[in-house]
Amino acid sequence: MSGIPHDHYEPSTGGEKWLHKRLPIVGLMYDTLMIPTPKNLNWMWIWGIVLAFCLALQIITGIVLVMHYTPHVDLAFASIEHIMRNVNGGAMLRYLHMNGASLFFVAVYAHIFRGLYYGSYKAPREITWIIGMLIYLLMMGTAFMGYVLPWGQMSFWGATVITGLFGAIPFVGESIQTWLLGGPAVDNATLNRFFSLHYLLPFVIAGLVIVHIWAFHTTGNNNPTGVEVRRTSKADAEKDTLPFWPYFVIKDLFALAVILVVFFAVVGFMPNYLGHPDNYIEANPLVTPAHIVPEWYFLPFYAILRAFDGDVWVVIAASFLTGGIVDAKFFGVLAMFGSIAVMALVPWLDTSSVRSGRYRPMFKWWFWLFVVNFFVLMWVGAMPAEGIYPYIALIGSTYWFAYFLVILPLLGVLEKPLPQPDTIEDDFKAHYGKSSSTEGAPSATPAE
Amino acid sequence: MSNAEHHEGTRRDFLYYATAGAGAVATGAAVWPLVNQMNPSADVLALSSIRVDVSGVSEGSQITVKWLGKPVFIRRRTEAEVQEARSVDLSDLPDPIARNANLDGQAEATDENRALDDTGEWLVQMGVCTHLGCVPLGNAGDYTVEGGVGGWFCPCHGSHYDTSGRIRRGPAPENLPVPPAEFVDETTILLG
Repeated sequence: MSGIPHDHYEPSTGGEKWLHKRLPIVGLMYDTLMIPTPKNLNWMWIWGIVLAFCLALQIITGIVLVMHYTPHVDLAFASIEHIMRNVNGGAMLRYLHMNGASLFFVAVYAHIFRGLYYGSYKAPREITWIIGMLIYLLMMGTAFMGYVLPWGQMSFWGATVITGLFGAIPFVGESIQTWLLGGPAVDNATLNRFFSLHYLLPFVIAGLVIVHIWAFHTTGNNNPTGVEVRRTSKADAEKDTLPFWPYFVIKDLFALAVILVVFFAVVGFMPNYLGHPDNYIEANPLVTPAHIVPEWYFLPFYAILRAFDGDVWVVIAASFLTGGIVDAKFFGVLAMFGSIAVMALVPWLDTSSVRSGRYRPMFKWWFWLFVVNFFVLMWVGAMPAEGIYPYIALIGSTYWFAYFLVILPLLGVLEKPLPQPDTIEDDFKAHYGKSSSTEGAPSATPAE
Repeated sequence: MSNAEHHEGTRRDFLYYATAGAGAVATGAAVWPLVNQMNPSADVLALSSIRVDVSGVSEGSQITVKWLGKPVFIRRRTEAEVQEARSVDLSDLPDPIARNANLDGQAEATDENRALDDTGEWLVQMGVCTHLGCVPLGNAGDYTVEGGVGGWFCPCHGSHYDTSGRIRRGPAPENLPVPPAEFVDETTILLG
């Protein structure tokens, strides 16, 4: 693996040499764990470990929940209640799994915003970004299908609305929807296949996570300055970096412990705070809940889906130009998927040569407006589609697209960036004084 | 390699393409059953027609029955609802097509083309919003008559349907579809 120059694993004992010659697995783990990591990483670089923890938590709690769950329309809801009331520690396991999904999305949004602010998506890290976006899409699919399994009212109607999105595709939509559902409506066939895929996809995610890590271990981590680690020699590289183990592992585990305090407080004392009471009513195909709301982590995209109704001029124009093939319904679906597509394409939409937002005075304002806009969309997605809310959703959706398609391409041309430090070492010294790296070797003061 | 000078097709080229082609066909043949198994199974397809007893439905009320996994609204409308539905100018309708499976696909969205009988007393339609598939609420929305009778409103994304089940306002693109239906005797409707 090419990368930052550093010491590699050398087998010392006879047994180690024997194994290394046949399977260099210890060397692979050593190089992965000892990767030189920029020593100026701040607290926004802890979300990766939180995400890894979430994936493990969801897989482990999920596997044991499956030992008690029954994927059948007549039994699914009752089997969830069975887990909650009868299974030893079942309520805790289920609440961990439910709220684990929320922690997963808190972490992934923080991780994505970190990448957007510090330009982690820029060359040469485009592949890491694209793989990350794929993982995010799979996470959304997995979370959506998992939410259907308890077979409550929100499960059923959420599944109906979201699979209805595919029905909006011109010409072939209805066939695709029937194929996805296994019948004319959400029913037992749908529940069974969602269960199968909900079990499968986390392992696909785990595979992509390995590729994600492999990609950024090849390019090296980004860091708050966006300045690359010097690769001219091992001595230079060591002035800019510290090995991942033990420095960053300890830092990340401390952050994880703090986050888990909050997480367990939620799981223990308010486990249903982020859920919907309607999902404790068994699914009924003949009655829609008064107000169908997706889980909080889908709300911004739900707001974008609903923002484009038939009265918006771009929708009217799109409908006219395509001879009615793209109607309001299909336009909303395109907007929702498009909002994630433009984010995936940001490595090629951001024209600025400066990587980190820290040295981009104009970009900062637009970025923080983008973050605020994300929360506005989340809020408006939870509101009924009446009164002022559709207008707010429309403005927010427009800004989402404008940020990626207009503002980022233009800023690279218009903005005059601030001076960047020459090396990570300079930035580190400016923050922590000279004492911390007199000899360029890791001293007693840990990073951060 | 001497092969580089042979630009015309060789036996080796032929074998290469033939093998790749056979491999592609075999892969497709192996994948197709894996895709097709997700289509509706025979027992799901078998439930395509039901009979509904409507003798208990009084004027101004509605029953909801499940057909093909979806709700069907069977409404016995009042005189006022029918009058309201028949007084609408067709140019006010976002969707000008009747969406009646019993008529041809281009029939106009007049109330006569949507009601089950000539008097317009019976209206049978799918209870599935044409936006994203929620069940609209009856006697609700902006197009009710006489203080909240008739009309439908979809609570999910705010689509309003009139007393004939035609879309009037909101994101839904089409009128509520009328399924294949007929009276087989005085009090029984056959769906499908």
